[in-house]
Amino acid sequence: MTVMVDTRVTTWKAYSAWANRHRKWLFAAPAMIFVGLLIVVPLAWTVYLSLTDAAGSVRAESEFVGLSNYLKVFGDTERFWPAVWRTFTFTGGAVAAEMVLGMGVALLLWRPFKGEKWVRVAILMPLVATPVAVGMMWRLIFDPNIGFANQLLGWFGIPAQPWLSGQTSALPTLIFIDVWQWTPMIVLILLAGLTSLSEEPDEAARIDGASSWQRFRFVTLPLLRSTVIVAVVLRGIDALKTFDILYATKGKGGGSFHEVETLNVYAFGLSFDYNDYGIASTVLILFFLLIIAIMWIVTYRRKEER
Amino acid sequence: MTDTATTSPVAGRTPGNSTLPGRPARRRPRRPRAYPIFRVVVLTLTVLLFIAPLVWMLVASLKTNVDIYDPDKTFFFTPTLDNYANVLGRNNYFVFIFNSFWVALWSTVFSLILGVPAAYAMSRFTMHRSAMVVLMARIIPGVSLLVPWYFIFANLRLVGGFGVLILSHMFVALPLIVYLMMSFFDSLPTELEDAGQVDGLTPIGSFLRITLPLSVPGLATAGILSFIFSWNNFMFALVLSGANTKTLPVAIFNFVSYASIDWGSLMSAAVIVTVPIMVIALFTQKYVVSGLTAGATKG
Repeated sequence: MTVMVDTRVTTWKAYSAWANRHRKWLFAAPAMIFVGLLIVVPLAWTVYLSLTDAAGSVRAESEFVGLSNYLKVFGDTERFWPAVWRTFTFTGGAVAAEMVLGMGVALLLWRPFKGEKWVRVAILMPLVATPVAVGMMWRLIFDPNIGFANQLLGWFGIPAQPWLSGQTSALPTLIFIDVWQWTPMIVLILLAGLTSLSEEPDEAARIDGASSWQRFRFVTLPLLRSTVIVAVVLRGIDALKTFDILYATKGKGGGSFHEVETLNVYAFGLSFDYNDYGIASTVLILFFLLIIAIMWIVTYRRKEER
Repeated sequence: MTDTATTSPVAGRTPGNSTLPGRPARRRPRRPRAYPIFRVVVLTLTVLLFIAPLVWMLVASLKTNVDIYDPDKTFFFTPTLDNYANVLGRNNYFVFIFNSFWVALWSTVFSLILGVPAAYAMSRFTMHRSAMVVLMARIIPGVSLLVPWYFIFANLRLVGGFGVLILSHMFVALPLIVYLMMSFFDSLPTELEDAGQVDGLTPIGSFLRITLPLSVPGLATAGILSFIFSWNNFMFALVLSGANTKTLPVAIFNFVSYASIDWGSLMSAAVIVTVPIMVIALFTQKYVVSGLTAGATKG
């Protein structure tokens, strides 16, 4: 009996010693295997699918077609290139507006004041609201016939606008919705950056007689650089991938004229409405490369300028 | 000059007013008087702009569809809970509330179990390349994984079950948790762990008994944010959920048909999705904000 207990104790000790020696990989491996299985394998599969004519059903036979999908997509000026253009317009417009407005609000909130807590609570609400619900909410407000937006314009004598249902006004309206939901995120990030700044440089500039604008432009903004870049990168990635509000307001395919069809919406439609998996995978690979390229440019420039 | 600096808001902003001769330099010169008023006005408008649409959603959810279509009843109407009765009663939204909750809960729990030790190892052993692999998941567009997942899970005949949904939401939650916990562990001093090991704990023992209890604020931040993100997620559930496992954001579409929209019910369904998450955010504001801004000041 004693012998058995002893062996058990020694084996337990041996296991424990082994686990502690290898704790680095023991801790990290499960997460990395999970990520590997769920991301690396699917990505590899997407690359493979983009080289085949897989379509129809997931159980259908498919044939290897080489790079012809890529040629087809690159030559597609009807859906693909407009989608690229819309993705850039949407992301660029939304992120630029969010940065400017977010910076303004963050500067106003910077110095403590009475009631600050309430403002912070208020701006947190759009941020945590479910995007699909937000899309539905604005869909009602911007409804051309019964929406409050046109009613408001009517009080000022401005004619009713088509908003989301107009072919040219849909994308700007969606940029507005994105700005409404995500400006608070920029405010919070920039505010965290502002609060962490030391006051001395600003004081020094003030004593040297710099105006408010000069102090912001030449003292605060340069000091806030890295925070601004983090904010742009985080928001930019999400804006490129925007899907929920587009789908909630315009439905499948970004509206009947594809007026808000971004790359993400296009790829989703190809995959799950048309079951055109080969072409969809090609679009996705190109979309993915695009995101990587943008990220690389932003982070590379950042390193270079240091 | 001294007078103009205090009376005229414009002069207060011109260079030179802070270094007035014969006046001791104050640490905090008085700001121009117009600024506080400007600030209050702009911030009030900002708050109004952010909150009004949400209030509008709530108001519309309390109207009948006839009242929603009537411009005379924009502000004055008889509130009714009929829409909520329709959504929760006839359409039995309790099922979808449960689904959303269930998926968010378990994807958060499993992601914490996988992600926290990984974040710890990556932080303590500075495994930057491994961290990059996990963080890649934040960059990849979800659709590019959905196609292969759909292929795999459809072939395994798993589409429509809770397991697939939880797995797919973990894909969102895990990188978030690793990212947040890594920056948390980076800021946690190692002295206490070392002391624990001197007193006879194994490295794993000191992680479990010292580091983890100290990490409760970080764990709360990571857990709450991952729950919110999972609750709000739409695309994965749109493809991978079945009729019985629909989450709330997908179930909202039940009130949108090709021909018409049941606005009253749609708005009350929207309120039902957003209110729980707003209440959570309200009570855990500190954690939510610290999570959303993590990494912003490190550069």
